[in-house]
Amino acid sequence: MVFGYIIYGLIALLIIVTAAGMLISRNTVYSALFLVLNFTLVAILYFTLGAPFIALTQISVYAGAIMILFLFVIMLLGSEKMDWQEPLKNQRLVAGILVFLVLLPAAVLLISQTGAVPPLTTPDPEFGSPATIGNILFTQYTLPFLVIGFLLLVATIGAIVLTKTDTPRQRIEAMESKKD
Amino acid sequence: MPITYYLGLSVIMFVIGFIGVLLRRNALLIFMSLELMFNSANLAFVTFANYYHLPNAQLFVFFVMTVAAAEVAIGLALIVAIFRKKQSINVDQVSDLKG
Repeated sequence: MVFGYIIYGLIALLIIVTAAGMLISRNTVYSALFLVLNFTLVAILYFTLGAPFIALTQISVYAGAIMILFLFVIMLLGSEKMDWQEPLKNQRLVAGILVFLVLLPAAVLLISQTGAVPPLTTPDPEFGSPATIGNILFTQYTLPFLVIGFLLLVATIGAIVLTKTDTPRQRIEAMESKKD
Repeated sequence: MPITYYLGLSVIMFVIGFIGVLLRRNALLIFMSLELMFNSANLAFVTFANYYHLPNAQLFVFFVMTVAAAEVAIGLALIVAIFRKKQSINVDQVSDLKG
């Protein structure tokens, strides 16, 4: 039991440290790598919460695909070292107030509820297994699943359209219209 | 393990992401902070799935991940397009719509 608390504390500490590292790091590549570490650690927490399918999806989709995309864009734009700009004093104050407003109710709620609710239990291995999740996904949530597939198709087309450069013909036409 | 531990961690992650969105000027970092906020919401979902013994909540995490993937694809395409035009991804530079 105590061992579980120690493991949880270690992982939680590392999650907070990597999240803060992402925020503080001046080099965008380091930020992205900190975030990969953060996602992987959160995936370990998912395992302990009885969600192995979600944990593996997190590693392959988030820590794998999405962060590779981020690193790719960072390298492509050559924006590893962006000129550091001090945020406006005013902005920092407003941000502090907003963070306080978010943190205060959450902290009050969590501290007041400590001990009032039953603790989490270790679920049986079937809970959250790929078989269970797949069963629910393809029976109860078939329509959302199809909608999500369509959304990914739209996103793919959108990404291609947004980054498309002009075709050679369009460039020639633009030059000719400039000449006139 | 008390549920508040996991929810507290989720809140801390959310706030770190929130600070990133509010204070950083680099569009890529703002995006990464957004991912962190998504992640904290997902952690809360999985925690409550365990608490109520409902695997349905884990499906929402699955959907959130898919939407996040779509959002990142579009967002990074936008960043690349903006960088081509302005040679910068500082969000303060993107003010063409300002009257």
